Amino acid sequence: MKHDFSKLQEIFDKYPKTPQSLISVLQDIHKEYRYLPCHALEETARVLDVPLSKVFSVSTFYNAFSLTPRGERVIRVCTGTTCHIRGANQILHQLEELLNIKAGETTEDLKFTIEVVACVGACSMAPVVIVNDEFRGGVKVSDAKRLTK
Amino acid sequence: MMIKTAQQLEKLRKECIAETDKYPKKVMVCCGPGCLANGAQKVSDEFKKQLKKKRIKGFSVEAMKETGCHGFCEMGPLVVIEPDQTFYTKVKIGDVEEIIEESIRKENVIERLLYTDPNTDKKIEKYSDIDFYAKQERIALRNIGHMNQCDIREYIALDGYKALAKSLTKMKPDDVIEEVKKSGLRGRGGAGFPTGRKWAQCAKIDDWPHYVICNGDEGDPGAFMDRAIMEGDPHSVIEGMIIAAYAVGAHEGYVYVREEYPLAVVNIQKAIDQAREYGLLGANILKSGFDFDIKVSRGGGAFVCGESSALMKSVAGEVGEPRAKYIRSVVKGLFDKPTVLNNVESFANVPVIISKGGKWFAGIGTPKSTGTKAFSLVGKVRNGGLIEVPMGTTLREIIYDIGGGILDNRPFKAVQTGGPSGGCLPDSKLDLEVDFDTLTEAGSMMGSGGMIVMDDHTCVVDVAKYFLSFLVDESCGKCVPCREGLYQLHALAVAISEGRATEEDLDKMEQLSEMIVIGSLCGLGKSGPNPFLSTIRYFREEYLAHIRDKKCPAGVCRELIRYDIMADKCDGCMACLSVCAQHAITGKKGELHIINQDKCDKCGACYAVCTRDAIEIT
Repeated sequence: MKHDFSKLQEIFDKYPKTPQSLISVLQDIHKEYRYLPCHALEETARVLDVPLSKVFSVSTFYNAFSLTPRGERVIRVCTGTTCHIRGANQILHQLEELLNIKAGETTEDLKFTIEVVACVGACSMAPVVIVNDEFRGGVKVSDAKRLTK
Repeated sequence: MMIKTAQQLEKLRKECIAETDKYPKKVMVCCGPGCLANGAQKVSDEFKKQLKKKRIKGFSVEAMKETGCHGFCEMGPLVVIEPDQTFYTKVKIGDVEEIIEESIRKENVIERLLYTDPNTDKKIEKYSDIDFYAKQERIALRNIGHMNQCDIREYIALDGYKALAKSLTKMKPDDVIEEVKKSGLRGRGGAGFPTGRKWAQCAKIDDWPHYVICNGDEGDPGAFMDRAIMEGDPHSVIEGMIIAAYAVGAHEGYVYVREEYPLAVVNIQKAIDQAREYGLLGANILKSGFDFDIKVSRGGGAFVCGESSALMKSVAGEVGEPRAKYIRSVVKGLFDKPTVLNNVESFANVPVIISKGGKWFAGIGTPKSTGTKAFSLVGKVRNGGLIEVPMGTTLREIIYDIGGGILDNRPFKAVQTGGPSGGCLPDSKLDLEVDFDTLTEAGSMMGSGGMIVMDDHTCVVDVAKYFLSFLVDESCGKCVPCREGLYQLHALAVAISEGRATEEDLDKMEQLSEMIVIGSLCGLGKSGPNPFLSTIRYFREEYLAHIRDKKCPAGVCRELIRYDIMADKCDGCMACLSVCAQHAITGKKGELHIINQDKCDKCGACYAVCTRDAIEIT
């Protein structure tokens, strides 16, 4: 995959070049490229003067980071307790069947990613599905088809 | 606008009050998470669009406010007209014009949009007459819903930063600590450690600098009180933090916010910028010689980072692994310096305590758990949402009086409190007076305040399995008992839910739980087995039904149930057939459908879509 890495410098310039900025920098890179490209990790290590192993460790520790490209449309199924008891798993299962991928995976054409998130704090609207940051409450199993079109 | 003295602040307050009083009527459109998920932004935009076009005497678009969460999320999007307290529920774009014409231009109430009391079937006009609100007492949530989300001028109009001025100009740091001690305030993040004592310990350590951190990493699934406060009234948190910093001599603070709460991140940052612009953060605040500033640190989606020592590692840009706390974080916390870390709700309480006095606060609640507590009341409850009640309110009052009882009038089965570290309490505990200690004694815990109500369609084995799987995912992996023990505990819970377990396995699980509790370093591991321990304590019969009879009484555990279509109820509408991903249902339109049990993977989609209750789980 080819990326325009000129944006990296802009991101680095926003923060003090110290190890303390590591998570913030990675968050911005993730926002820009929708994942953490290998080259960006190497650059981060160099600029912030942090060992690459530590950058990798932080990148894999936090759920917010993905080391593989994500789809254009990220469908996040909330599996918080309330969503769970109100049927989130059925919706997730339906989405997985329809897109033929598991949660955490991306379709080959890079159109869709399914992710699970443990509670987004919109519990009274459970079950909740977030499509590219847009919240949908009271989702039904029968809505799954529409979400994948 | 730079406020340099307490007198200037008072002068500004008068201006701000005049601004908010300029229009006699105000329209509050709730833009809390629940209402937003139901389309509140569109409703609000429609109001703005129409109000810009229309001319109404004594009213303007400025008097329309996008507020934080009103709490009654189940009924959203909500629109409130003040000062009449007219309360409109489930408002749609199409209702906006009618509200403007009837209730803003004229004084008419639109019956159709009012809340209907489920017990009396009567329409209720004012929110203060609705049980959901009438039985609450709001301290931490005092401003939410009454002002634009994070507008410093409106916050000041509502007595904002008055407590800060009082602390800085009339009190010594020790007086502030003494007042907080007197209030009896205990940490609202869950552990319930006395806040005043924490501050006092930090203040006296001669190792500088000191730090103040606000824990906004509300990771418990099913809890959203802190989110509502950070989004709807971030200034109360900031004011609380400045007062804390003054008390312990800190000059630098951090707010750690979950990245799953993007609006909270934005609003907290906005509020900090405003406070800085008004001179309430920065150097020499109100000419007291005291400097303090706050930075926002975004979390990375790791539950364990809600644990204080892990959170501090994360703020420092590292992997969020907890450390052993032989030395507490008030002694060696962030960057190994003395640190006071409190929860969002704790900080939001501080300004009120300083203004009204610790004694006043201590008069609310129970002797050992003073004040109020915000809960997110959700699950299979009729009127779910965000509530705040005095400590000592019973579970029954919360679930039945405020919550309006169980959804669809089903029987109550359990209420889960305290998040993954808490437990499930059965109906025999409904009269328990909720405070930090009673919940712990009953085998659950206060936690951050999530309260998830479950009915007879919820399987406790499934709930235990769910929480254990969450904890297995979120365990940072540092200690073996937590990393491997919870993994095994989860595997056994799965075995039970699939009908593969024996009664000996239950004994094994109990032993294993004991070891995990003893052997783990931080709260995640130490309370990790709680979801299992509390459910086995109160619902052993249900576990045995899975093990001995290979049945799931609630009809949830896939391996132990089957779905069938009842011939007398099915009208052949094809709804189930079209959602079945396994193509296991056959039948023609208008004819009886049949489920092929060999193909069925028991996903329950057909059951969820059937409108005629024609699908039976056995």
